[in-house]
Formats: sequence, C-alpha cells, structure tokens
Amino acid sequence: MTVSIQLEVNGKPVQAAVEPRRLLVHFLREDLGLTGANIGCETSLCGACTVLVDGNAVKSCTMLAAQADGASVTTIEGLAQNGELHPLQEGFWEKHGLQCGYCTPGMILSANYLLAQNPSPDDEEIREGLKGNICRCTGYHNIVEAVKYAAERMS
Amino acid sequence: MYPAQFDYRRAGSVDEALSLLQENEDAKLMAGGHSLIPMMKLRLAQPPVVIDIGRLNELKGISEAGGSVRVGSLTTHADIAASDVLAAHCPVLAEAAGHIGDAQVRNRGTIGGNIAHADPGSDIPPVLVLLGASVHLQSPSGTRSVAAGDFFQDLLMTDVGEDEILTHVDAPALGAGTGSAYLKFEHPASGYAVVGAAASVTVQGGRCTGAGLVVGGVSATPTAVDVSSLVGTDLSDDAIAAAASGLDAEDPIGDIFASGDYRVHVGKVYGKRALAAARDRA
Repeated sequence: MTVSIQLEVNGKPVQAAVEPRRLLVHFLREDLGLTGANIGCETSLCGACTVLVDGNAVKSCTMLAAQADGASVTTIEGLAQNGELHPLQEGFWEKHGLQCGYCTPGMILSANYLLAQNPSPDDEEIREGLKGNICRCTGYHNIVEAVKYAAERMS
Repeated sequence: MYPAQFDYRRAGSVDEALSLLQENEDAKLMAGGHSLIPMMKLRLAQPPVVIDIGRLNELKGISEAGGSVRVGSLTTHADIAASDVLAAHCPVLAEAAGHIGDAQVRNRGTIGGNIAHADPGSDIPPVLVLLGASVHLQSPSGTRSVAAGDFFQDLLMTDVGEDEILTHVDAPALGAGTGSAYLKFEHPASGYAVVGAAASVTVQGGRCTGAGLVVGGVSATPTAVDVSSLVGTDLSDDAIAAAASGLDAEDPIGDIFASGDYRVHVGKVYGKRALAAARDRA
C-alpha cells in the first residue's frame, strides 16, 4: 500500500505517495533530493539525521514519512535565507565547528532547537542540548564555541 | 535499515483505534514510534499492520486533581520533563523523563509507548512503581486499571492485552515533607539506564516517616527494595547505606556491558545516592 502525505518542507508544499515503511530521512534524501540530513547510525543514537518537525528537533531515521503528514519540516537546506548563511552556519564556519562535516547538519538543527528553547545557553546547557548528536572529529569544543557565537548573533 | 513491509492505519479516535485493533490480528499501536520503529528496523518486530495513534490529542496532557496527577499516554518525555504540574506534585517523574535519551528522543517518545515497551533499561518504570502509580487501559469491553508494580511482568512484557490501549497513568501527588530523586548510571552509547534508582523520603520533625526505593536495570522488571528500616531514623548516611544494601535480585540481568552482579552492586550505590538526594530535598 501507499500513504498519501502532504507536508511543508523548508517552506514549500510537498505532496507524495509513500510506502508506509518509508522513513522520513529516506523520503527527504531520496524522494526530495535533500541530502543534508545524513544517515549515520540508523539506530536513533548519532543525530546526523536530525531535522525540525513543527519546530522540534527529531531524528528523521526514527520517524515514518507517513507520520510527518501535515507537518512543517525544516532541513539544513532551509536555514540560509536570501543567500545569507544562518548565524549557526556562520558560527560553525567562523569557529571551525567541523572537520569532516558529516554531523554538522544535525548539529546545527539540534542547536537551532536548543536556541529556540534557550536563547543564551551556557557551555553545559549547550553540551546537554547536543547530547543526541555525535561528532567523531572535533572533540566538541569548537562546536560549543560555534553555538555560542550564533547565540550572540541571534540575541 | 528499512522495516519489513506493513500496512499503515491512522486512528482518529480511541474508539477507532480499538476497532482497528480488533480488525487486524497482530497489529501494533504506534505513538511516537521511538520503541517500535527501532524494533521494526532490526526486524525484531514485523507487525503486518501499524495503527498510528500519534494524533489522538485526547490521550495527551498532564493534570492534577484531588491529590493525584494524571499523565496521558501520548504525552512526550519532553512535555513531562518540562511540566510545571509535575514539578510541583511529582518532580521525580519529570526528573526521570528528562534523563531519557536526548532532546530529539524526548520530543517524540511518549510515556505510554515507553512503558508498553517495558525495556528494563527504561527510566520511567521504576519511578511509576515507586510512586504507586496506576496504569489505565481501555478495550472494547471497558476500562480497567492495574498497579504499576503488577503492570511490568517480564522483559518487554506487560499486562496490556491484545485488544487494549494504554490511555493514561495516575500517580499520587507527593506531599509536603517528601523529597524524591531519580539517579541513573547511563550506558555511554545508548543512553539507556544500566541502573536507575528512584527514591522518596518523607520527613516530619527531623524523623523519617516513610521511604521508598525502586531500582531499574538489575532485573527484567523494576526491583523494589525494602527500606522500611529508615522509618523512625534521622536518615543518617549510615542508615541510608544499610537500607540500600538490601537490594536483592533473584535473577539479575546481565549483558556484554554489565554483568548481573555488577548491576546489583551499582544498584546499591545508586540507591544509596538516590535516597540521600531525596532526603536532602525533603
């Protein structure tokens, strides 16, 4: 069977018929070509697939596309506006918050959610907020700096 | 990883979900999907039909009335962790929910899905047993409630019948003079509790008048510890350590990360710390 879904992705309406077992991350990457959400562990642990669903950070490998019917989804591709990087993207650039970059889209969307809840987090709150996102390159120090940079720009 | 193929039905009401359950043998209910989807991806669960109950707003929310708090089964861990009602009346439940997984997991996972899955490393079951909570179930033939201590039957096994939906959990509010705490020794990769200890202590006039300790992770189901020896004491560190050392599990669970004996040992340590934290908050 297929399920008809209608949702908004990065501000644009999307309609599709999906298999029930279609995971949101596969729908975004393979059906919509939005490859920013990465597939890392596939076991709800690494956070590379994090996107915003109705403003909440979620792991898109652990959500059916059918569950996103009617939702508003934001991926990393939806953050920059009018060619201007989002302050978080700018922060990761300026503070060297990435090396290989695989975790970065998920990191940025989790940080985006964190800053929406808590606009001026301290280091510990940033680390707690990014607990669900694993980076194997940086040691996290510069990621925390990048989020702080963005928090200052956004305040 | 893809789940095996299944048919998807979305319920618009509890009654419709119950009808769909009756019509579809071996169907599984899905709330946030954070226990079920991982099981399906690993093909440990291959339900022919998934009934999505995630939009049933009637099963969402937290309220307090007459000294009891009610948490709808579809309430997310994030909402439980951030609840002012629970902070005032049942803080240990909010504390435990805030320890679950990470922010993304807490945004999707629900209390109903969590306890219906009954993972021994889950943070919520020992707290519900500590609180003396009741779990409420609905079927086409009516409603019933079961004490949390009887709800968890074995590893991933609960009292939920095949034709039933878990609708809500009721827990007695903790009164003045009662402190509570949930402490967790967390698996560094999965975020599940290797051991989690939920404790409460009631103090009046400098003396303990009631205490409870329930430890998760050492057995297939939450393990209650008899800490009645604390009643009448001034809750000294020595008295608390002696009480927590009463943790005993006939058949402790073990895995590659932590043996059964180790879990019992850590359970005593975390039980002691949880009781001390509860005392300091009373």
